[in-house]
Amino acid sequence: MSFTQYFKLAVKSLRTSKMRAFLTMLGIIIGVGAVIVIISLGNGLQQMVDQQVESMGVNLVQTYIYGRGDGTTMLMDPQEMYDLVEQRSDVLSGVSPYVATSAQVRSGSTVYERTTIYGVSEVMYKQETRATLDGESLEEGRFIQYIDVERSQNVCVLGAYLAQDAFGGDALGQTISIGGVPYTVVGVLRQSGDTLQEGGRDDQIYISYNNALRLMGSRSVDLYLFTATSRDTAAAAKQAIDSCLYDFYQDEDAYYTMTMAEQVQMINAMMGVAMLVLVAIAAISLLVGGIGIMNIMLVSVTERTREIGIRKSLGAKRRDIRWQFIIEAGTTSAIGGLLGILFGCLVATVLGGLIGGVLVSQMGVGSNVTFSATPTTSAVAVSFGVSVAIGILFGYLPANKAAKLNPIDALRYD
Amino acid sequence: MEHLIELKEVYKIYQMGEESLHALDGVSLTIDQGEFVAIVGSSGSGKSTAMNIIGCLDVPTSGTYHLGGVDVSTMGDDQQAEIRNKMLGFIFQQYNLIPKLTVQENVELPLLYAGVGAEERHDRAVEALERVGLADKRRHLPSQLSGGQQQRVSIARALAGRPSVLLADEPTGALDSRTGREVLGFLQELNRDGDTVVLITHDNSIAVRAKRIVRLQDGKIIYDGDARDPQAVVQPVESGEEAGA
Repeated sequence: MSFTQYFKLAVKSLRTSKMRAFLTMLGIIIGVGAVIVIISLGNGLQQMVDQQVESMGVNLVQTYIYGRGDGTTMLMDPQEMYDLVEQRSDVLSGVSPYVATSAQVRSGSTVYERTTIYGVSEVMYKQETRATLDGESLEEGRFIQYIDVERSQNVCVLGAYLAQDAFGGDALGQTISIGGVPYTVVGVLRQSGDTLQEGGRDDQIYISYNNALRLMGSRSVDLYLFTATSRDTAAAAKQAIDSCLYDFYQDEDAYYTMTMAEQVQMINAMMGVAMLVLVAIAAISLLVGGIGIMNIMLVSVTERTREIGIRKSLGAKRRDIRWQFIIEAGTTSAIGGLLGILFGCLVATVLGGLIGGVLVSQMGVGSNVTFSATPTTSAVAVSFGVSVAIGILFGYLPANKAAKLNPIDALRYD
Repeated sequence: MEHLIELKEVYKIYQMGEESLHALDGVSLTIDQGEFVAIVGSSGSGKSTAMNIIGCLDVPTSGTYHLGGVDVSTMGDDQQAEIRNKMLGFIFQQYNLIPKLTVQENVELPLLYAGVGAEERHDRAVEALERVGLADKRRHLPSQLSGGQQQRVSIARALAGRPSVLLADEPTGALDSRTGREVLGFLQELNRDGDTVVLITHDNSIAVRAKRIVRLQDGKIIYDGDARDPQAVVQPVESGEEAGA
């Protein structure tokens, strides 16, 4: 008998008891479905991280300055970092100090107390992606420019909340007071949070970092964003920064530098472990499903003892009977696998839509980052293969039992 | 000349704890091509064991069995399966059709295991069904047919493999007497066309429809001869129980 004939026989046999076949498959359906959902969501998450990294720039290097932590005021002038970029122009292409502070913001008679003020340099805005390194994009106007930093000009870029609330959407060219100093609005950011509210994501202002430091009455910058000349030079850039900082602080714990690639690696490694654990749990369901198939196949062999006897009396060899039952088990689990894949894709799409919406809005990243849970082709292929393998594996024992039946006893069986 | 079936000093001994039961106790028997033989005996006479051995479903404890000149008495499971497939056609008391397969598919089964191609399988099954007059019921399920019809399907299934021997085990046992007679008439007809038929029964009135009767008692042949001989139907002294199925 050929495979096609065994397969047709298996389908026929399954069709005679659809309910039982479905219940037998359920373990496989749930197991495969869960694996597909987990892999799809993980995949979507990874893609989202990748997109975000892409938008921030794969050549980004972040340096945190903690200082000596011994109370000594050992402050590094941001100019030193600029000098470093100049010296190592082979690997570094720019630097932006990044300070966050708060100050009283006033427009006319309205006072805003909860606005976050970011001090940055022109390097913060990337022309290629038309977005800042932290993912904000411009609605209108321009971003802080070199000349603004150089001359400490009192210009600012407003978040969408302030532009709307203080100026009714027509903020460009207007004046707003920050810490008592009047600033001219040169740019407005696109809305990035869900809703415009005070103290929310869009309640923010970007000014030049030296103005921000003056506002804070401090000289300390604790975060620098460097851009390496390319993705490949990011590691060398990190080394250059680290050695410069070591020369200054003589203490490895006084600073911490991380490239985007390292961050991505870290995130991916963490997600990889989490996914592995979840897939392993889902795989238990596959195991239970396999045992369910074995159980039903054993019952089926007993029920069909007479049929086996008839087939043997008509000339079926052991391997004919063995194949019949193995392929029936394999077909059961394969159909279960297919249903599981369908079910998994469906759930992944629905869940992906829900989770994706929440994630994107929470991360507050720009509109250029999307989340979609799509299963990989390899995940689909592997789960199908695994489910077929489970059927064959767990079908072998019952099939062998059937193959070994003595035709005389089997014919006499009622 | 070579006999189609040749049993020599065949013993089948079952070990029942301390005791050993001689189901066949030195049976020697030859059957030639074209014969119609009834193997008769009451229950426990050894006729079922004889049928199992002739049908290659079992092997003798000792002695030899040649079928078509080949020694099949020492064959393994799969070799026996092949012999059954190629040389034997079974007709059982309970028809033994597979309920979820159609009439056509049931008849094609032995051909499927013989590896016959789809087209030839189909044609030979139709041909066999035409011989039993059920070609129009090809797409029915066995449960949609009467007992007599089902038995004719099982005869068609036995014929489809073009066997050397048709082995009928109590073929009328589950049928009413009129349908039973029809089925017997049918076997006679097949025999007239040249098929070798071996009929196993406990019923003398059925056995006499064969040309030759072999009577078994306690695992031994006590009569072997022409069915028309009055001696053939002499009921031997029974010890207690009445003949069963």
